[in-house]
Amino acid sequence: MDKLLDQFSIGLFFWQTVLFLALLFLLRKFAWKPILNSVNEREQKISDSLELAEKTKAEMESLKASNENLLKEARAERDAMIKDAKETASKMINDAKDKAKEEGNKMLAAAQDSINAEKAAAIAELKTQVAAFSIEIAEKVVRGELSSADKQKALADKLAEDINMN
Amino acid sequence: MCTFAADLENNKSPIMQKIVRFLLVLALITPVAAFASGGHGDDHGEKKEKTKEEKRAENKEYVKHHTNDSHDFGLFTIEGEKGEEDSHVGFPLPVILWEDGLHIFMSSKFHHGHEVVESNGKYFVLDYHDGKIYNADEHGNILKKEVDGEEVKLAPLDFSITKNVLVTILMAVLLFFLFRGIAKSYKTGLAPTGAAKFFEPIIVFIRDEIAIPNIGEGSHKKYMPYLLTVFFFIWFLNLAGMTPLGINVTGNIAVTCALAIMTFVITNATAKKNYWLHIFWMPGVPIPMKILLMPIEIIGVFVKPFALMIRLYANMLAGHIVLGSLIAVVFFFDAFLAKTAFVGLTFFLNIIELLVALLQAYIFTMLTALYFGAAAEEAHH
Repeated sequence: MDKLLDQFSIGLFFWQTVLFLALLFLLRKFAWKPILNSVNEREQKISDSLELAEKTKAEMESLKASNENLLKEARAERDAMIKDAKETASKMINDAKDKAKEEGNKMLAAAQDSINAEKAAAIAELKTQVAAFSIEIAEKVVRGELSSADKQKALADKLAEDINMN
Repeated sequence: MCTFAADLENNKSPIMQKIVRFLLVLALITPVAAFASGGHGDDHGEKKEKTKEEKRAENKEYVKHHTNDSHDFGLFTIEGEKGEEDSHVGFPLPVILWEDGLHIFMSSKFHHGHEVVESNGKYFVLDYHDGKIYNADEHGNILKKEVDGEEVKLAPLDFSITKNVLVTILMAVLLFFLFRGIAKSYKTGLAPTGAAKFFEPIIVFIRDEIAIPNIGEGSHKKYMPYLLTVFFFIWFLNLAGMTPLGINVTGNIAVTCALAIMTFVITNATAKKNYWLHIFWMPGVPIPMKILLMPIEIIGVFVKPFALMIRLYANMLAGHIVLGSLIAVVFFFDAFLAKTAFVGLTFFLNIIELLVALLQAYIFTMLTALYFGAAAEEAHH
């Protein structure tokens, strides 16, 4: 202990204290504060960036999911549209077919009717013609039968006979 | 290198021996042997082949001399030839004394303790053995006075820029420009560049592993500048002690005392109510225990910084003495094998000392943070 005290130099102690305190204050102002601030700032920035990256990732994930949904919806819509179109088309075709058939039937019926009318007219014409021919023939026959007095008398007898008989 | 050195050593050529001795020391990056000063003017005159005892005493003197502070910056000493004085290579430092007025002169005036210096009517001598300046009469006799029947040498108040003060100034300047440069480097971008790449992890380590766990998040902020300064200050001065310039700042009791007192003052000046409560009226124990614990805790307040002071001082001084002694052993033995072995051992211990330099800085900072933590703690009962 005596040796320790003997070695103790007041001057060195004094200078040491002064120099250390000077160094402490200078470093605090010019080095430690800016360095620690920079380090803190960077750490803050890094953690912020990481957080942002995480957030962005989540956002991307949700965006991707919504894209997927959108795609799915679009696909479904497309399918529905195609189906619709197909239905419409087949319906139109069927309608057209039905209409055509109906029209055909109608036309067929009209034709039948006109054929029948023509037929009836033709038959009526024929009947008229036949009656005319019959009368002409009968006239001709009657004319021949009544051309001589014998014939007229024979006829009258025959007719009188027919009536007598009755 | 070692073999080569040892071979040359055996040649016994005096000049070669000196050169090799210096080179060997430089190669080992060790502090001691460069301060090889032969006789200190007491034994000049007839120089014979030294006996083992003389060599041993001389080596002891080297080591002791190196570990002490000095008024001049000695780089190495060239041993004088027979009948000549040793010549010291280095540069003088300013001496500042207070003895009924200020006395300022260069230490070269002492001629390594051979001359009496007169300044403003006062006479001073330098005792080369303990490196201190004493009051003397014009013939160089040290003035003494009786205190309790014992003779005490009279000494002026010595505020000289000694070797330790100069090294501290240089290290402070180096630290300032280094860390200011690092601070500036962040202005160009937030990513560390250059020296910041190396020092930033250390700074962050001190914050995350020393300050925050011991002091607590938030209140650690106001202690950070002190913890960082004290860590780098001690570490750099410890490393300066590893150079072959014969520097031993942190192995000096006055230096560690100054540091420990600062820790003590900051701890007690910033202490909260809870800290004092734990000292004077320990919560959670019965009243007799409270009374018993009070003196123990009060002693503890002073023991803690005292332990800080002694720990750093003793570790650094012991490291220097061990290394110095081992280097001395290299020169003490004549056998080639022994020399080689001790060069190897010295090298190994040097590596250990390099680690100790960092470790002691860490321990000092760690314990300081621990004491600050006790001071800054809020009541949590």
